[in-house]
Amino acid sequence: MYLELAKRSFQQQFAYRAATLAGLFTNSVFGVMLSSVYLALYWDKADGVSVAGFTAQQTVTYTWLGQALIMPVVFWGWWLIVDTIRTGTVVMDLLKPMDFFRFWLSRDLGRAAAQVITRGVPTLLIGALLFDLVWPESWQRWAAFLISVPFAVTVSFCLRFMMNLWGFWLLDHRGISSIMLVVSGVFSGHLLPIAWYPAPIRDLLNVLPFRSMLMTPVEIWLGQISIVHGLSLQLFWTTVMIGASYALLQVAERKVVVQGG
Amino acid sequence: MPIIDVHRLEKTFPIKKHRTGAMGSIASLIRGDNGGEFTAVNNVSFKIERGEMVGYIGPNGAGKSTTIKMLTGILVPTSGEATIAGLVPWEKRKQLAQKIGVVFGQRTQLWWDLALIESLELLRHLYRVPEERFRENLATATDLLGLGEFLHTPVRQLSLGQRMRGDLAAALLHDPEILYLDEPTIGLDIVAKEAIREFLITLNRDRQTTVLLTTHDLDDIERLCPRIIVIDHGEVMYDGQLASLKSRWGGRRQLIIDYAGDPDAAIASMGNGDMAVTEVDGPRVTIAFDRDEISAPDVLTRASAFGEIRDMSIQEPEIEDVIRRMYDGSIPAGM
Repeated sequence: MYLELAKRSFQQQFAYRAATLAGLFTNSVFGVMLSSVYLALYWDKADGVSVAGFTAQQTVTYTWLGQALIMPVVFWGWWLIVDTIRTGTVVMDLLKPMDFFRFWLSRDLGRAAAQVITRGVPTLLIGALLFDLVWPESWQRWAAFLISVPFAVTVSFCLRFMMNLWGFWLLDHRGISSIMLVVSGVFSGHLLPIAWYPAPIRDLLNVLPFRSMLMTPVEIWLGQISIVHGLSLQLFWTTVMIGASYALLQVAERKVVVQGG
Repeated sequence: MPIIDVHRLEKTFPIKKHRTGAMGSIASLIRGDNGGEFTAVNNVSFKIERGEMVGYIGPNGAGKSTTIKMLTGILVPTSGEATIAGLVPWEKRKQLAQKIGVVFGQRTQLWWDLALIESLELLRHLYRVPEERFRENLATATDLLGLGEFLHTPVRQLSLGQRMRGDLAAALLHDPEILYLDEPTIGLDIVAKEAIREFLITLNRDRQTTVLLTTHDLDDIERLCPRIIVIDHGEVMYDGQLASLKSRWGGRRQLIIDYAGDPDAAIASMGNGDMAVTEVDGPRVTIAFDRDEISAPDVLTRASAFGEIRDMSIQEPEIEDVIRRMYDGSIPAGM
């Protein structure tokens, strides 16, 4: 039944062709801009010299992976559940004999799968055409990366889910939006590679769950982390985040105050 | 055992009081808004037997939707008890969901982007309805509600009446024992309203589905609900037969008589308590009378003394009047 939900949600994504093209354009422009800036910064360095563990080529690859994963993983601006609270649709969802968390997770995974195809792969291909990217060194790394993306989406989903549940209390998301921007934009390593931050910040971000959303998959791709280490880290954080989501959901459901009517 | 058993149900909401001005907003931010409590539902009790069709009526803000939400389990009452199909709704919401169908007139459970048939298919999976049962139910709904012409249209393109019919079909796919309807005919044209009423009558007759319906449309009540529960300010004001409400409190039927010419002017003072002339308009005279006091033929006989009668008709008391009078307080509450 959750598979059916994921399937419909997957199909739904293909309805928005214009949005896909526009988004692809934006991701590519940002990819080109950021890559050019980084290459300029590396200009006077000899080939193969790395800054905090990243060579110029790895940095550019990191940039394009970050752009490619924006839509599938979703780092900001996802308030679908808050919207249903405002419109009252949440009432209908709660009245169905299903698990509220899994209902949304399955839909989100379906959405993400579609966006890997419509946004992720094309963005990366454009990056590969314009720049010289690093590719995973073995088929095992390819496979590990493909496994790490659903983990990244799930961790991101749990974060978004919990942020949205705040809406049960606040009925508004503007305040939480800015927190979300920092948590998932910065803490995931989307703004800058986590290794580039000064020691105390870097050490903190490395022990938070949010690096599983981007940094860990990138490290798996680039070969900066062992496959087993990377995936087990993600598995651990995915489990923790799902547990936290359920805990918060229980409190939120208890406190349900539905607007209107 | 009643399928719906509600006992002394109460729900209060905190009132958010917004302070005015800049300092006020800052104060609210620090201390929070706290403006006391509002009692939406107060000491409501009733029992409904399997197969009944009951109208739950009252003015806006009377507490109708709040009650329904508690009976579905999405709202936890402040105090009181309820058992729906043997379950306490707010403790067993998911389990109860299999046994009830809900239609909120102003909301939809259909997926906006999907064709109606796909929404229904998805619900089939959500409720784990066996394929064969689904086919049968879909066929019945298609037949009675005329879904055929828009089954493959995306829900966002449906008219209100079509969407409503789709929602009704969706709520019944899993053969619920109880159907809650919150304003099911709101905003619909006469034809769509009639189709929905016919469908509900058939459903109730053929499947013994218990129906609890809130509405502002008193025609819905007249057509569908032998029993009504009237609620106002969160309290039950009347619970009983619609007919007895009408006969006991709506009281008076009206006899409209057309005379061949203008009747004797003395007709205006005809009757004494058991009947009264309420209007004389040329040859047309309207007489209100109490069915328990005097029969229609007797009224007619007495009226014939004032002139030659050409035509007549009887009007039953209108439920609107009864309920309006009840709200005005001219009918003793809690009879």
